Formats: sequence, structure tokens, C-alpha cells
Amino acid sequence: MIPPDPMPGYVSGAEPPLLRVRNLCKYFPIHSSGFRSRLLGQVRAVDDVSFDLRTGETLGLVGESGSVKTTTARCILRAIRPTSGSVIARLDGRDVDVAALSAPALRALRPHMQMIFQDPFSSLNPRMTVGDIVAEPLVIHRLARGRELIDRVEQMLLKVGLKPEHRQRYPHAFSGGQRQRIGIARALIMNPALVIADEAVSALDVSVQAQVINLLQDLQHDLNLTYLFVAHDLSVVKHICDRVAVMYGGRIVELAPTAELFGAPKHPYTQMLLSAVPDPNPGHRMNLEVEGEMADPSNLPSGCSFHPRCPRCFAPCAEVRPVLEPVDGGPRQAACHLYQPIGQVI
Amino acid sequence: MTSSIPEAVSRATNLMADDARGPALVMRDLHVHFDTDMGIARAVRGVSLELQRGRILAVVGESGCGKSVTAYSILRLIQKPGRIAGGSIVLHPRGRPAIDLTALSENDELLYEVRGGLIGMIFQEPMTALSPVHSVGNPIMEAIRLHRSVTKSQARALAIDMLGKVGIPAPERRIDQYPHQMSGGMRQRVVIAVALVCAPEVLIADEPTTALDVTIQAQILGLIKRRQRDIGCSVLLITHNMGVVAQTADEVAVMYLGCIVERGPVVEVLGQPRHPYTMALMQSIPGTGPARERLHSIAGSVPSLLQIPGGCAFHPRCPWARAGVCDVGDAPALREVRGRQTACHLAGEIAAGLGRGKS
Repeated sequence: MIPPDPMPGYVSGAEPPLLRVRNLCKYFPIHSSGFRSRLLGQVRAVDDVSFDLRTGETLGLVGESGSVKTTTARCILRAIRPTSGSVIARLDGRDVDVAALSAPALRALRPHMQMIFQDPFSSLNPRMTVGDIVAEPLVIHRLARGRELIDRVEQMLLKVGLKPEHRQRYPHAFSGGQRQRIGIARALIMNPALVIADEAVSALDVSVQAQVINLLQDLQHDLNLTYLFVAHDLSVVKHICDRVAVMYGGRIVELAPTAELFGAPKHPYTQMLLSAVPDPNPGHRMNLEVEGEMADPSNLPSGCSFHPRCPRCFAPCAEVRPVLEPVDGGPRQAACHLYQPIGQVI
Repeated sequence: MTSSIPEAVSRATNLMADDARGPALVMRDLHVHFDTDMGIARAVRGVSLELQRGRILAVVGESGCGKSVTAYSILRLIQKPGRIAGGSIVLHPRGRPAIDLTALSENDELLYEVRGGLIGMIFQEPMTALSPVHSVGNPIMEAIRLHRSVTKSQARALAIDMLGKVGIPAPERRIDQYPHQMSGGMRQRVVIAVALVCAPEVLIADEPTTALDVTIQAQILGLIKRRQRDIGCSVLLITHNMGVVAQTADEVAVMYLGCIVERGPVVEVLGQPRHPYTMALMQSIPGTGPARERLHSIAGSVPSLLQIPGGCAFHPRCPWARAGVCDVGDAPALREVRGRQTACHLAGEIAAGLGRGKS
């Protein structure tokens, strides 16, 4: 049932990754308006995305808005059903293809994969107490009740830096940083293997953001969590991630260990992205001459989606779509003709 | 006609020389209060600023520190239950008498001339700053027609020219489009066009790039800097991002709970912060120190404006705070200690300690 692994570079014998995402695609249909709607075309949102997520690591997923980071994350969680491809999770020594699971099987899998949301204000129900919010996953999955339920909620609140007596209060009584702690408690109370953090610290002020980043790292260490960290803030990603996948136009264009990616970005898009980050050190000058905007996902350019904005665009870029391949034989992968022998591609 | 022509000329050049130096906007001891059911929220508590001509001054701080309220006060945009409770804001336009903005009545002709004419404003959210039922050319032409006596077709030509200057491709076609037909970056360019079309003396940019991607942010910051140089206006840049401050501003004022706690040239303040709050802010920026080590964070969170701590407002979160000094009396005033303006009782000690640490 599990397809053979088409991904090169996977070392057999090492501990298998927690998650193997292979050729993941999500297309959204575009219909004409009116009673007899016709299919006009499709938005290729997630377009052939493959990567491994190793147990205990933090993988960053970065890119501009519209690079479908969030849709990719939601496909992995099966919050939406991918059009094709597989998401193979290794849980309790067994491989399961999350993308192909039936609804009841998926429900049984849910406790292992949890999500922390971006907006600490709209992701908490204002009419539920903090205790009820954090307890809800346990109640839904019938994992605890009565005194045990209360104990587990209180322990979880302590773990995320809140107090047990906060259980009785409502979300409005908390600041943005504290609310994000509540969201983290809700995600972690199921004792998940994988946590997807979708812009989890983006809405927070820098001093509070630092507290929450520290908390996420402490919890990862204590609970042996694996994070898929979706973010647009590159400085946060640089701090927290082990490896980073850069997305553009629905595809991964570069995937590398954090230090290598930030030290010497290979893909011209990564280079552009990093050069545009305003450095808080006034001695370093940022690049204010960035070209163009994100490609329209319903009308992606031919060949490499990035070629109309690329300063190093050459002959094959408009024709042939580059594939994600190892660069210099190292762990780094890039989807760019600059690093691929053209003859092989054509 | 007693004065001879050379005399008049020299007086005019003197005037221009004075204009070229001197501040474009001076704010003295501004207080803004919001009357709420739970008491008075003191959003701005004695802010003094000088915006030098042709320079970019950044006001930086976390949410709730009063930076936006300070900016809104300049254009008199504070609405009930808020009010300017004290202080003065004086605009010094070139070749014109100074205007005390706080003294103007709500419907003073002069206030309408200032808004959009002498002072332009870029609002935070390009999604909400533009009306969804008007074409993007509409607010630009409106600004032109309010401040200059031109015909409709002239205004349209000027608006198209302006859209081109802010980097919108095919402006003669784009001018009739609606905000929903544009990307966030393009909408922010339109908002900038509205703010700059009358070549204001002062530009207030309230978080101009906060909702934008880094690449678009770089484009917008570059655009603001270029247009600022062309027009020669002064910019008050409101932001929470130290990176944006470092890369665009000449001077910076750091705010905490309605007060300026440190002020000075960007290179000095960001390079070697002296106020404990500025230091903590700089240290809590991720990605600057060693990766994956614990970030320095500020204990607690920003207190409510209804319960501002006595003494120095930062003392409950300050690692340097000293009982009996920092938690009593009035908030420390902004004063110059060893070449830096800081509002801290221990400024002298901290500066000396840092000096020793350096050597």
C-alpha cells in the first residue's frame, strides 16, 4: 500500500523520518459563476512537494504570502484532502499514509498531530473557559474525565507557564502572549508526536515573542516534539529551525540546514528573500531594490515559476521546470537550473 | 517700500537658510488621555519630539506604548473618548508662519490645509485605508483637488503621474481599478501616493510595512526613502520593527507606556543601547545571537494603561531596578547622560558599567 520511496538521498539504516511527504499536490478548481457552472481551470496551490521531517527536529517552511505554506501544512494534517501524493507518518513503529486514510482511521490519528494557530485572539472560543479549551481535545477523544481531566489540564497549564487557577477564567482576561500559551497547551495536551506551528509567534510583540519561542524550545526538549514551523519571519526561523524549506509558487525551491541556508543561500529566490530582511544592526545595509511580486497561483509562469523575477534567469528557465535536487552532493537541495546540468534536465 | 532689493533678497535667503535648518515639527510635553468607564487611560504621558527637516525619525515600541496615538495627535485625529490633555505640537512650514496644531479648533480651515496638504499620512493597513467602493485614483484626485486649484482633468493627469512615481505599472489603466484588484504591496503604493501627492512638509508613516512580506517591505521602504529625498520632506516613522528602524531612520525615539525612554541617532541607540528597556528589546530579537540558545526575554508583559506602575513605569520588568529608587516618586525625566538622552534613574551607572565592559 505504501509506495516505494522515490526520494533520493534517504539513508537506509538511519532512524526513519517521522513524516515522509511525497509528491504532495493540492489543486483547487475554478468554476465559472452561474447556475450551470463550468470548470474553467485550476489553481495549482501545492504543486509536487516532497520532504522528510525527522523525529525531534524543527523544519521551517518559509516564503512570501501566497507561497502556500499554510495550505501545505493543512494538507499534511488532512485538514484539507490533498489532490494527490502521500504523507507517510511513522507512528508506533508503523507507517500510515495520512493522505489516504478513511475518516475513522484519521480520527484515531488526530491526537498525534496537533496545530498551533497564528492568531491568539480568534483561535480561542471567547465563551469557553481556559480549562474547557485546554480540556476539549481530551474530552473529544474520551481520554480523561473527572478529577483526572482537571489534573491533566492543570499540569499542562503549569507546563506552558500559566497558573492552575487560570483554568476558571475566559480568554479575554489574558494578554496576547498568554493566549498563545493557552493555544500551545491545547495542542500539547494530547501528547502529540508532531506539532504544526502556523505563524505561532507572528502576532506577538518582540519581548513576548521571545518568551513564547523559549517556551516552544523548552517543550520540544522536554516532550520530544517534532515541529513543522510555518513562518514568514526569517529571523525567528533562523533562530528556532534545524532545517528550512523555502517555498515559491507552491513548490519547494530550496531545502537546507539552517546555518547553510542563511550562510550561503543558493537559490536566487532565497537570496532575494534574505537580502530583503531588515537587519537591526545599522552597520549592515539591506537590499531595497527587490523586483516584482509573488506569482499568481492560478496563472503560474512557465518553466521555473520564479523566472520573471529572477536576476539570474537564462535560456532554460522559461521552458523547463527545475526539480529539487541535491546541490554539490551535500544535504542541501535546490530547484534551480544554475545548479543542474542542463543536458540531464532536457 | 523702504528696503532695497538686495536687502530683501538677503532677508529671503536668510529665511530660507533658517528654514533649511531648524525642525519641521516640534512636539512639547504631549499628553493624550482616553476617558473610559474604568478610569483615565494615559496613552501618551509627556512626549517631546523634534522632527528635523529632511530627516527620518523613527518612533519604536511594542503595542500599547502610545506610538500610534502620538502620530494621530499630530493630525488631530484623536477621537472621543480620547483627547489631547496637554502639550503643544507646532508645525514650521517653509516660508510660512508656524502653526500650533493643538490650538486649532476642530473645523479650522487651517487644519484641513494641514491634513493631506502640509502633512501627509500613510496608514497602517493598506486593506482598510482605501475605500472598497472607490477607484484607487479617487482619493489621490480628491487630495489634489482639495489642496490645489486645478481642473478635474489636470488632477487626473497629476494622479496618473503620481501612481507612476510610486512604481505602479500602467498607471493610466490602474487609476480606474478598485483596491480589490490590487495586491497588498500595490495598495500600499496607492496609500503612499495619496500621502505624497501634495508634496507635504512632513510625512507620517504609521507601520507602513507591517502587513507586508519582507520583499514587498523592502520595496516600500526603498520607495519611501526615494520619494522623501525627492520632495525633501521629513518623515515620522512609526514601527515596532528594530530592523526597519536600523535600515531607514536617522534618529530614533524608543517609547514605553506613553513615555520616550531613550532617544538619539540610530547608530548609537541601536548599536549601544543605554536604557534597560532598549537593551532588552535589542536582545530579544531572534536570529541575531547564536541559534537555538535561549532568547533573552523581558519578564512579564506590558501593563495596562489603567494601571501604570508608579516611579519608573518599567521598574517591575527591569533587571536593573533598585528598590527605593526606581519604584518611588515620578517617572524619571528624559535627560542627557554621557551623550545620550535616556529616562532612567540609573543611567549614569549603566553608562559607566557599559563603558567598563567595553574596555
